[in-house]
Amino acid sequence: MTVMTYADAAKAALAEEMRRDPLVWAVGEDLGRGGVFGQYKGLVEEFGSDRISDAPISEAAIMGASVGAAMAGTRPVVEMRFADFALCAVDELVNQAAKARYMLGGQTNVPMVIREPMGIWRSSAAQHSQSLESWYTHIPGLVVVVPSTPADNKGLLKSAIRCDDPVVYLEHKNIWGVEGEVPDEDVLLPFGKARIEREGADISIVSWSAQLHVASEAAENLEKNGISAEVIDLRTLWPWDKEAVFSSVEKTGRLLITHESVAVGGFGAEIAATVSEHMFKALKHPVRRCAAPRVPISYAPPLEDMIRVTANNIVDVATTMMDNGN
Amino acid sequence: MLNRGTNGVGYGVIEKEVFLSSSIPVNLDIERYFNHHKMMNRIRAFEETAASANDDGLVLGAIHLSIGQEAIASGVCQNLEKDDFLLSTHRGHGHTLAKGADPQSMMLELLGRKGGICQGKGGSMHIADFSVGMLGANGVVSANINIAAGAGHAIKLKGGNNISCCIFGDGAINRGPFLEGLNWAGVFKLPVLFVCEKNGFASTTATESMTSGAGGKQRAESLGIPAEEVDGNDIVEVDECVRQNIKEIRSGGGPRFILCNTYRLHGHTASDPALYREQEDVDEAWKNDPIPKCRDLLKNAGVLDEDLKEHWTDALSEMREIYNRAKQAPWPELQLAYEDVQDSGDPREEAF
Repeated sequence: MTVMTYADAAKAALAEEMRRDPLVWAVGEDLGRGGVFGQYKGLVEEFGSDRISDAPISEAAIMGASVGAAMAGTRPVVEMRFADFALCAVDELVNQAAKARYMLGGQTNVPMVIREPMGIWRSSAAQHSQSLESWYTHIPGLVVVVPSTPADNKGLLKSAIRCDDPVVYLEHKNIWGVEGEVPDEDVLLPFGKARIEREGADISIVSWSAQLHVASEAAENLEKNGISAEVIDLRTLWPWDKEAVFSSVEKTGRLLITHESVAVGGFGAEIAATVSEHMFKALKHPVRRCAAPRVPISYAPPLEDMIRVTANNIVDVATTMMDNGN
Repeated sequence: MLNRGTNGVGYGVIEKEVFLSSSIPVNLDIERYFNHHKMMNRIRAFEETAASANDDGLVLGAIHLSIGQEAIASGVCQNLEKDDFLLSTHRGHGHTLAKGADPQSMMLELLGRKGGICQGKGGSMHIADFSVGMLGANGVVSANINIAAGAGHAIKLKGGNNISCCIFGDGAINRGPFLEGLNWAGVFKLPVLFVCEKNGFASTTATESMTSGAGGKQRAESLGIPAEEVDGNDIVEVDECVRQNIKEIRSGGGPRFILCNTYRLHGHTASDPALYREQEDVDEAWKNDPIPKCRDLLKNAGVLDEDLKEHWTDALSEMREIYNRAKQAPWPELQLAYEDVQDSGDPREEAF
């Protein structure tokens, strides 16, 4: 185990995979100088500029060329710089990468990883702060990964690179510097396997990505008030670990989902609906969501904070849920 | 088998000086153009058979016929090797056939039947045959350009001597991927041949009415990509230009662009009567049909007319047989609906 940051853990994963497989390469704007967040720093020196490739500011070409390069036998890691910019390449991702295998009758796979740094970070405002993970879960063909810790960012990125499906890999910008213990060895984390961040008996709190840390903070505060919260980190949203959520809800009878992204049409709604369909009788209280209002993200910190879901928000909602439906 | 012609030009003597309509003498490789003529007839026969299948109500979705554009399909794709990649468009039957795909499985695909080239899951607009390097037609105009650039990128990374070829229509030059994909290929000096089939129409709109500036060739040149313009209905012009450009690409010359002027003799889809254009323009365009032009060229070079006519009768009976067999084929197995979506989160395990 080595203590490293969330960003360095991903860099270690990429470097290991590139040493293992010469067909793995990364492409995106500014990669030759380490990438916009430094998450590729030093890699071009080891792997050269063909495999740690700069790109023009052409998101559609970065994504579309990677689709072609994947179909032609390589394994590109696509850097989109900000998740918001990936919207310039939606056709290439949704109509091409996600569909090629199916619509061409299984003649090809499209093994590519699309790294999309997302989330609220330092007054970046409406076009550099979005969390759009729920969109991708709606698209057949895509895998959606939302790591929250350094160890997960290493193990999940390694799995994503070895996966033959297009993987939308959403790292959260606000936790690049978060440190944690990361396995040195070749550990691959499976998709669709949640992590129990904290065990509890009274309420299940499901989250992912940076919001997982907010959920954990809320759980600590709840404990001080005598409420035992179980915190589940889904890690991946498609596939997602229904069994982990179901068995937790079976135990606690209460489910709260929290995510940084907008509540309306968010993945929390999918979880709430699925649990309602399958676990209704186990519920002691209606499922609740703590997620963002349907408002763009502001620039000024006080306005930005208005749409942030805080640990206090979660504590308040969780506390009311202890009153069994009233 | 090429029979001995009446003027003494025989099989095995493949070069003869002839004069083309442009009066430029060339050494004509007769066997080469005999094969192009044969392929062009097979494409025409496939398209006409597909059109009648459409009239019969057996083609399930939209099909976009390439009638009148066969010289480009044959002239480009017969110059590609099997391991060269091809990315095509929604109007891609001819390209696919000329790249070497099996017309039987193509027809099965158009009818959505078992044994279709994409298992009945893609239809006309997604025909692909990876076994011959055909990486797919595309239902989204211009989307194949970035993909083709990427296939070329993979060739560069892997160090192969094959190339990537992308054929698209003139409508595609007004979408972003045209700029982004050509710039990409230029920046990375990729082995990519871009071929623009300028058939004059973007769906039902005259392309020039919605295009600012001089068009595709000049746009390619402005991106530093050497570009040429040919009469896309003249198989010799297309073939020579493509052959020369492919040679340059293979020897490390980077991407090339060829603009092929042609005309879409039918509507946008097989069901489009194309009433938005003057009949006299269409009648005039039929006089420039690339297939009779190629036949005349070969006749002038001494090839027997009966051999050339046989290309058509053989092609038509080949495609009709194919159609008849396709009609008898069953629907695809139902479990295919859930197959080949993804490995992780496979809908056969969880679809909800």
